[in-house]
Amino acid sequence: MTEIVITGGTVLDRTGERRADVVVRDGVVTQVEEDVGEGLGEGAAAGPDATTLDAAGCVVSPGFVDLHVHLREPGREEAETIESGSRGAALGGFTAVVAMPNTDPAQDSVSVVEFVRRQGEAAGLCEVLPSGCITVGRAGEQLAPFAELAGAGVTLFTDDGSGVQDPLLMRRALEYAHGLGITLAQHCEVARLTEGAVMHEGSCCSRLGLPGWPALAEELMVHRDIELVRLTGAPMHFLHLSTAGSVRLIRAAKDDGLPVTAEAAPHHFSLTDEQLGTYSPIFKVNPPLRTAADIAAIRAGLADGTIDAIATDHAPHTPDAKELPLDQAPPGMLGLETALGVALAHLDMPLADVVAALSWKPAAIAKVDDRHGRPIAPGEPANLTVFDPTVEWRVRPARLASRSRNTPYVETPLRGRVRHTVFAGAAVVVDGEARR
Amino acid sequence: MNHLRSIAELGPDGLHRLLDLTDHMAEVNRRPNPKVPALRGRTVCNVFFEDSTRTRLSFETAAKRLSADTMTFSVASSSLNKGESLRDTIETIAAMGVDAFVVRHGSSGVPWQISAWTTASIVNAGDGWHEHPTQALLDAYTIRQALGRTTGFDGLRIAIVGDVKHSRVARSDIAAFTMLGADVTLVAPRTLLPPGDLGDDLGVSVSDRLDPVLEDVDVLYLLRMQRERMTEALVPSLREYTARFGLTPDRARRLGDHVVVMHPGPMNRGVEMAVDPAELPGAVITQQVTNGIAVRMAVLFDLLGSGARPAPEPHTDVENTEMERA
Repeated sequence: MTEIVITGGTVLDRTGERRADVVVRDGVVTQVEEDVGEGLGEGAAAGPDATTLDAAGCVVSPGFVDLHVHLREPGREEAETIESGSRGAALGGFTAVVAMPNTDPAQDSVSVVEFVRRQGEAAGLCEVLPSGCITVGRAGEQLAPFAELAGAGVTLFTDDGSGVQDPLLMRRALEYAHGLGITLAQHCEVARLTEGAVMHEGSCCSRLGLPGWPALAEELMVHRDIELVRLTGAPMHFLHLSTAGSVRLIRAAKDDGLPVTAEAAPHHFSLTDEQLGTYSPIFKVNPPLRTAADIAAIRAGLADGTIDAIATDHAPHTPDAKELPLDQAPPGMLGLETALGVALAHLDMPLADVVAALSWKPAAIAKVDDRHGRPIAPGEPANLTVFDPTVEWRVRPARLASRSRNTPYVETPLRGRVRHTVFAGAAVVVDGEARR
Repeated sequence: MNHLRSIAELGPDGLHRLLDLTDHMAEVNRRPNPKVPALRGRTVCNVFFEDSTRTRLSFETAAKRLSADTMTFSVASSSLNKGESLRDTIETIAAMGVDAFVVRHGSSGVPWQISAWTTASIVNAGDGWHEHPTQALLDAYTIRQALGRTTGFDGLRIAIVGDVKHSRVARSDIAAFTMLGADVTLVAPRTLLPPGDLGDDLGVSVSDRLDPVLEDVDVLYLLRMQRERMTEALVPSLREYTARFGLTPDRARRLGDHVVVMHPGPMNRGVEMAVDPAELPGAVITQQVTNGIAVRMAVLFDLLGSGARPAPEPHTDVENTEMERA
């Protein structure tokens, strides 16, 4: 029997905020009351083997859910494994992560998604939810077996890393998804408009002599897919929105009552294309870092709920890969261990809204809201994050759990840090250290 | 100055200093024995990841006239990618004892990346679409010489014609010419211009017609038109490009004799240069090549000369002392 008592914190969930200690036993929240911990010394509520997690000055929230991580396994284990990525997730306060399908082999068959899920279970640090491909091998030609994969528990389907270019195929995918209870998610990028692109197309790329990735390439596909949702009625999730125009399109689609959801990555509301001035491939990411005006629009979209979720697009790459010339280096940056710190440093939103975008809203999109993002109440599954919302800190790349080091936040002060993470009733992170 | 990677990083003072220093190097080059021991004991390594016989020869000649030892590492970037990393290549060569790397690479920004891996000075000999600062220096020097403009280019009207978007020469020239006070006009179809607001971003005017600009210009700078641009839907045909933006016999006739005509080479005769440049009174294309050596000597001396960094051993000979006074 494992027992955990979280003492002295402020519980924050979708029902509101209150001072309370939280007792967890056998994977389930058993007690949420003020000063339970006080009574422990007298052996009242908890047994003598209880682990006590100090939450003084901290927020106790439902565990975070990341809709967008690249764990690189199978295929690129030198950059990340499911275990190392899960550890980073736990340290970042995530109790569930959706693993993107651009592995090698791609997650387009039951055997691969089951492998990913099993590796996640073996690591035991968070729930790893494999996504499925929309097309076989992410090649954009033939639909992946949605029903088989849905039968294996896959709820989100995407060819992330690239968008589905063919409008007919995308229409068919949305139509075929009907009735399977799944959601398709799009990486919005019209590839023909971004050939050779290295960074945002604008003043900065003109000056730096780098091929540009125009906002239009994202917005055209956002617009196309909104219209396909209107036509087919199938729900759709929009990955890593990066431009002001995309936010406007999604806002209008939601006003029309269409079943669309959207996410934004921390780097798209904290860093601009000016960062590429150093020519460091660490700042190369897809979609690229954009302008201050785009950042303002993404922040506003999160604040008014147009953008539902903060998703990291955690994309590990080895130091070797990030030392290639900028046009040859792969895009992507780490995100799991810094998401909360970036969000609280850069978003001017009520704390409850930030936590909503990190926890129960993405949990609903991934259809894991039966076990993640739950209210913190007796009988609920114990997936919890305890974080200090005000502490300022800096990333030390050598201390990251990720096998890679490509964090863009080395020079940036962050605010808010995860102290403890409880996953499935076990304290997997205690005082900022992973226990597994 | 530790590196010469871009004109912006050089700044106006550095730009004037190098142009003045080039005068002295040009004087050395006019001597019967155009060689001084100013950089004796220094090693300059040319690292060319992209073919460029002209620029490489110019840098080699410049280094040799200053008595530096030279090494050349020449490789197509594609074959490098198969095995050894860029960083390993640079660190390996640096370990042999190199004072300066002269770097040409097809990817923008490589000189910045390399400067993080070595303590040697980096001279950018062209990176991607980005910069080619010694070309801009030799272009500025050639204009200064042709028009007697030793203090700056205030009021000088310079038109840069052609594929600015993909041109490192254009980016460096724009930076250098505007820094010296010139009014720069870019002449090209929108497909061959960089995106963004060029007036704000680069401090230039833009025209999509050459003829009105010709009436009112002191320097006409023609960029090389790459043939592959047609397949990228940037221009319909070379014939149409020449008709709109080439220096045709008709345009050459209307060009005042005072107008300086320049080209970074190699020229596409019959395309951007549709006349024989030998028949243009203002053409200074050969002078550009000649001045390239003096400019690169100035750059290497400024980076590695006795005033720049501690020398490996005291310089005692007479000629070198003269150089130092220069």
